[in-house]
Amino acid sequence: MQIPYTTEVRPDTGLTNPKLGVWLFLASEVMLFGSLFSSYALLRTGAPSWPDQSSIVNVPLATLNTIVLIASSVTMVMAWASLKGRSLPKFRLYMGLTLLCGAIFLVVKAIEYGDKFSHHLYPATNNFLGLYFTMTGLHAIHVIAGMIVNAYFLGPGTKMWQSDPERFTNRIEVAGIYWHFVDVVWIFLFPVLYLL
Amino acid sequence: MVFGTLLVLTLVTVGVSYLDLPEVETVVVALIIATTKASLVAMFFMHLKGERPMVTWPLALTAFLFVALLGSLLMSEADHLFGARFQDSFHSISN
Amino acid sequence: MPRLIRRYIFSTDHKVIGLQYGFTSLFFLLVGFALVMLIRWQQAFPAQPIPLVGGWLGQANAPGGVLLPEFYNQLGAMHGTIMVFLGVVPLAFGAFGNYVVPLQIGAPDMAFPRLNMTSYWLYLAGGLVMLASFLVPGGAANNGWTSYAPLSDLAPGHGQTLWLIGMALLINSSLLGALNFIATIVQLRAPGMTWFRLPFFVWSQLVTAFLLLLAFPPLEGAAVLQLMDRLAKTSFFLPSGLVIGGQPLQVAGSGNALLWQHLFWFLGHPEVYVLILPAMGIVAEVVTNNTRKPLWGYRLMVYSVFVLGFLSFIVWAHHMYLTGMGTTIGAFFQATTMIISIPSVIILSSLILSLYGGSIRFNTPMLFALGFMPMFGLGGLTGLPLGLAATDIPLHDTNYVVAHFHYLVAPGTIFALFAGIYYWFPKITGRMMNETLGKIHFVGSIICMNVIFMPMFVQGLAGVNRRLWDGGTLYTHAQGTLSLNVPMSYAALALAFFQIFFIVNLVWSIRGGRAVGANPWEATTLEWSAPSPPREHGNFDRVPRVVRDPYEYSAPGATAGFLPQAEGDAT
Repeated sequence: MQIPYTTEVRPDTGLTNPKLGVWLFLASEVMLFGSLFSSYALLRTGAPSWPDQSSIVNVPLATLNTIVLIASSVTMVMAWASLKGRSLPKFRLYMGLTLLCGAIFLVVKAIEYGDKFSHHLYPATNNFLGLYFTMTGLHAIHVIAGMIVNAYFLGPGTKMWQSDPERFTNRIEVAGIYWHFVDVVWIFLFPVLYLL
Repeated sequence: MVFGTLLVLTLVTVGVSYLDLPEVETVVVALIIATTKASLVAMFFMHLKGERPMVTWPLALTAFLFVALLGSLLMSEADHLFGARFQDSFHSISN
Repeated sequence: MPRLIRRYIFSTDHKVIGLQYGFTSLFFLLVGFALVMLIRWQQAFPAQPIPLVGGWLGQANAPGGVLLPEFYNQLGAMHGTIMVFLGVVPLAFGAFGNYVVPLQIGAPDMAFPRLNMTSYWLYLAGGLVMLASFLVPGGAANNGWTSYAPLSDLAPGHGQTLWLIGMALLINSSLLGALNFIATIVQLRAPGMTWFRLPFFVWSQLVTAFLLLLAFPPLEGAAVLQLMDRLAKTSFFLPSGLVIGGQPLQVAGSGNALLWQHLFWFLGHPEVYVLILPAMGIVAEVVTNNTRKPLWGYRLMVYSVFVLGFLSFIVWAHHMYLTGMGTTIGAFFQATTMIISIPSVIILSSLILSLYGGSIRFNTPMLFALGFMPMFGLGGLTGLPLGLAATDIPLHDTNYVVAHFHYLVAPGTIFALFAGIYYWFPKITGRMMNETLGKIHFVGSIICMNVIFMPMFVQGLAGVNRRLWDGGTLYTHAQGTLSLNVPMSYAALALAFFQIFFIVNLVWSIRGGRAVGANPWEATTLEWSAPSPPREHGNFDRVPRVVRDPYEYSAPGATAGFLPQAEGDAT
């Protein structure tokens, strides 16, 4: 039994099921991160004093991370484009680079966290640090989840390229949309937590 | 090309943060730059430009709800914003 | 893996998953009912040892069979949590939605069958975590189903932490389920099933799915923040200067306890519409089938349910009128709250008007659907003084509120869910439930529900606060109303007794009920074109082609008393 419109587009909506599904999922994610950003806004405006953020967190490292994540979005698009151009080796290259960028991002984050802990700066220290760790931590969990999915597609998942190339290409597009969203969240986290 | 623009905007937003603008301007500029970057990623990397209404309408609703949540939170619970204290036009119950 | 396990335990078939949700949620409804029976004893006979079961509760909870206040609070918090999140919503949305929606739109299954299975298992995991929380030292969460900060932040023991983890699992289950429903309804409608040929039940499930998708995440965010407060000692919800037992609290402070309330109720209000919309959908189906005429105002109802869904996102602070938000903000939420009653009334009125001129068949599903209408109406009307900020001041947090929402959920939604079970049972099993037992179940339930909850309004108006372990013995001016607790509790016991008729009927009819064909109710919607039960994978013998509106009963000039939606179906 086949579920219709998994790969082919439904004529009146112009969508495949996975394409609609991932955007609906992202809508819920916007509300999740949105509620945390709203909490940040309330806690900061309600606080009698708020630390000078850029003196506690490492702006140059985070700038590097921002560039790394944006680059990973570019390589993700290239990975999908490679499949549209029917080149599996190029897909492997770009997907590998995406994973590499993701790994660099996480390593930098680990360095940042380690640095905080070694200076006895913990989530409990004040609300800014609490929000910093919570929001970047939740974001990092989403990065890890995305990397697990991408690694699967680079590894065992590639089998589908042989059996159903169009469906595999669509899967990479959908995985890409999720990955770009993770990038978008960081694009907002960076100025709010580091620069304001 | 989109990548180049995103890189430039990233460097701009970091640069602006060193200018030490007053509070309101800092937040506004930072959010405008972030929104621009996010829109570029959404439109071009996520193919949202030219996407179907069945996708864009729920997203528009989501954006509205996020703004409603943020706005209501600040209007009801924040007792000051950018140095301006909120005054209620009637007396609030807790006064 | 062995065939039986793959077929029934780890199935990706929406019908099996729907039944899994159904049985699990019915079990949790029983658990929630058992908890409240203990509460009702305590209310009627404060500080008296509970007969029979008092000894089973353990010395930590009820020494000598008398409920301790801390344990009473656990019962209250978990009764609410279990009934709402583990009982009613999984039954209304997870069970009925999963089983019926793909059939009613002519689809072979949901858009994402494996995601569907994952949703069920996340729900079960969340439910088990909630149950397990009773067994940890300190017991289950005891801070109300609303878990307000700072009390919940600082509650000792692991019960509240497990509540938060359980909620996170449940929320993720709902989010994945919601996106599955929306994708299915948008993408998998059969050929000819245009939007305005959808049964109203499908519309109500679609709006419910959007509510779950967009309203739950802020509560998940709040749960993450409270978990950080409890586990990492942050103070997101803890203001400065808290003193516990004479000792200042050693936290950073500068948090905001009301932030929790806003994030909770941002979900909490749409949640109550999640509780009612599937019920309205079920009642609509049962009413039109048993009046043998189309729904009155079908299009109006569809537009109303969308307006209702949208407005439900911007009324939440009417649960917070007494938090000192100021009259301007209060006025905004009061206005939206008053406006939201309009689509609600339109839908109820349409259902009632649908009866006019109908050829009414008084079978068990119809009796429950008919019972739903005045009960929901009463519940809704009693909400008006709560929605107006000024009249809410004396009523907030009293038994009046408890009576209000129970009228909507108990003889409201749950009656509609009973109607749905009696109605769709023959589709699921190919057999009818027993009518006599069903009628006894109905008459007993509706009488008992009213005896339980009507006096509660009186108590609330007299000023009796909710969630009081001793029922309010210190309210000297309200002592007269407290004696009402005794008949209320006896009625609760009687209500429990009448559910036995339902349970026996349900279990026995699976094998012993009168065997019927595909369409025993002579209904028009697509699920009745599939065999009873529908084919294991694929549902229909052939893909349906939809050629007409959903409720073509007694159509003028037609050759038959009812015309099924799919072409060429002569049942």
